[in-house]
Amino acid sequence: MKNVALSVNGKKIAATVEPRTHLGDFLREQQLLTATHLGCEHGVCGACTVLLDGRPVRSCITLAVACEAGAVTTLEGLENDPVMAELREAFAAEHGLQCGFCTPGMLISARDLVLRKAGADDRAVRIEMSGNLCRCTGYRGIVRAIRRVLDARKKTKA
Amino acid sequence: MKPVNFDYERPATLQAALALLANEERIAKPVAGSQSLGPMLNLRLVQPELLVDITAIPELAAIREDKGVLVLGACVTHAALEDGGYPDPTRGVLAQVAAGIAYRAVRNRGTVGGSLAHADPAADWVSALIALGADVVVAGTSGRRIVPAKDFVVGVFETSLAPGELVAEIRIPGLSANARWGYAKICRKAGEFSHATGAVLADPARAFARAVIGAVSGPPIVVDDAKIAEQDPGEAWVAAQLAGTPLGDDAYQIRIHHVALKRAIAAASIQ
Repeated sequence: MKNVALSVNGKKIAATVEPRTHLGDFLREQQLLTATHLGCEHGVCGACTVLLDGRPVRSCITLAVACEAGAVTTLEGLENDPVMAELREAFAAEHGLQCGFCTPGMLISARDLVLRKAGADDRAVRIEMSGNLCRCTGYRGIVRAIRRVLDARKKTKA
Repeated sequence: MKPVNFDYERPATLQAALALLANEERIAKPVAGSQSLGPMLNLRLVQPELLVDITAIPELAAIREDKGVLVLGACVTHAALEDGGYPDPTRGVLAQVAAGIAYRAVRNRGTVGGSLAHADPAADWVSALIALGADVVVAGTSGRRIVPAKDFVVGVFETSLAPGELVAEIRIPGLSANARWGYAKICRKAGEFSHATGAVLADPARAFARAVIGAVSGPPIVVDDAKIAEQDPGEAWVAAQLAGTPLGDDAYQIRIHHVALKRAIAAASIQ
């Protein structure tokens, strides 16, 4: 067992973990933060994406012990985030989800895309989101939802 | 999908990391971003007794320029290279390659040294760094040695690293003003592993001209030829390069490797 000190959604945490425990299991099983979903558990599906020091990472192939001194943000920690509020509304309006399993990862990746690539066209949105798999929607609703947020933010800026 | 139990250390110096790796009592693996090792651990394809995390070693995280050579610490992430903001004698080549690696969430953790040491034939850095004529600085308890990238990768998931050694730095020569670079890979889905990679660099001012056929069943095929970036050598030429390898009898493999190389040459010709 190893000690690890990190922050999760702004709260300082000192925990003891098995080195093999990945960040996704640590968040769900030890911190009881179940918004983060585990799909493939080998870095392919993107469902488990969370923020580490503000950047999206796959929590299933990031060891919890390697997050020493890091700041982890899950979907629970973005409840009052303005971009996430826009994305939540847009995903609902555009049918960006059906079963909802991929949605936490989709939202984390989409937020990063909106903040990092404000000028993305639909092709760029599809490429940027290609690391998050959805088995229900066929992606069109997801792309439209992100488009809606990008366009709305462009208008507000103009 | 859970790894076997292993111990974990995160030393703050390269010496401490090398000492841990040199201890033969435990099967130890170095780890940086864990974007390749992580899946292999979860699938139990790798069952180490000790992971030595090298990401807390400051010198391995640095990007610097040394007399026209870009020097990357092994733990520099793909995302850092994608985003730029560093002195870049390669004139944007690394940013272009980095942006095409897997997905942003992977690029935020995955490292250039880790990718090279993993030596997956489909990895972008394996083909690109060889095409750029990069050198790999290998560190061990007995000191450092420099290995050209093309000699570093010796097979599928196989490098010339000796037990206890790790990649410390990667040195990439700068491109001259009239150098031409082309890079292309064939993927059926954005971000997935490459099925065929082509890379071309022609830098007449340095008398350097190289083509790389990557994502093959061994180390990348390297051809040093001044004419290579000038025109498509044709499918028969690519077939001849692949002859004798496990891909050599496969018309589809010959075709996609030819297309990747042709696209790389076309990209190099318009600069």
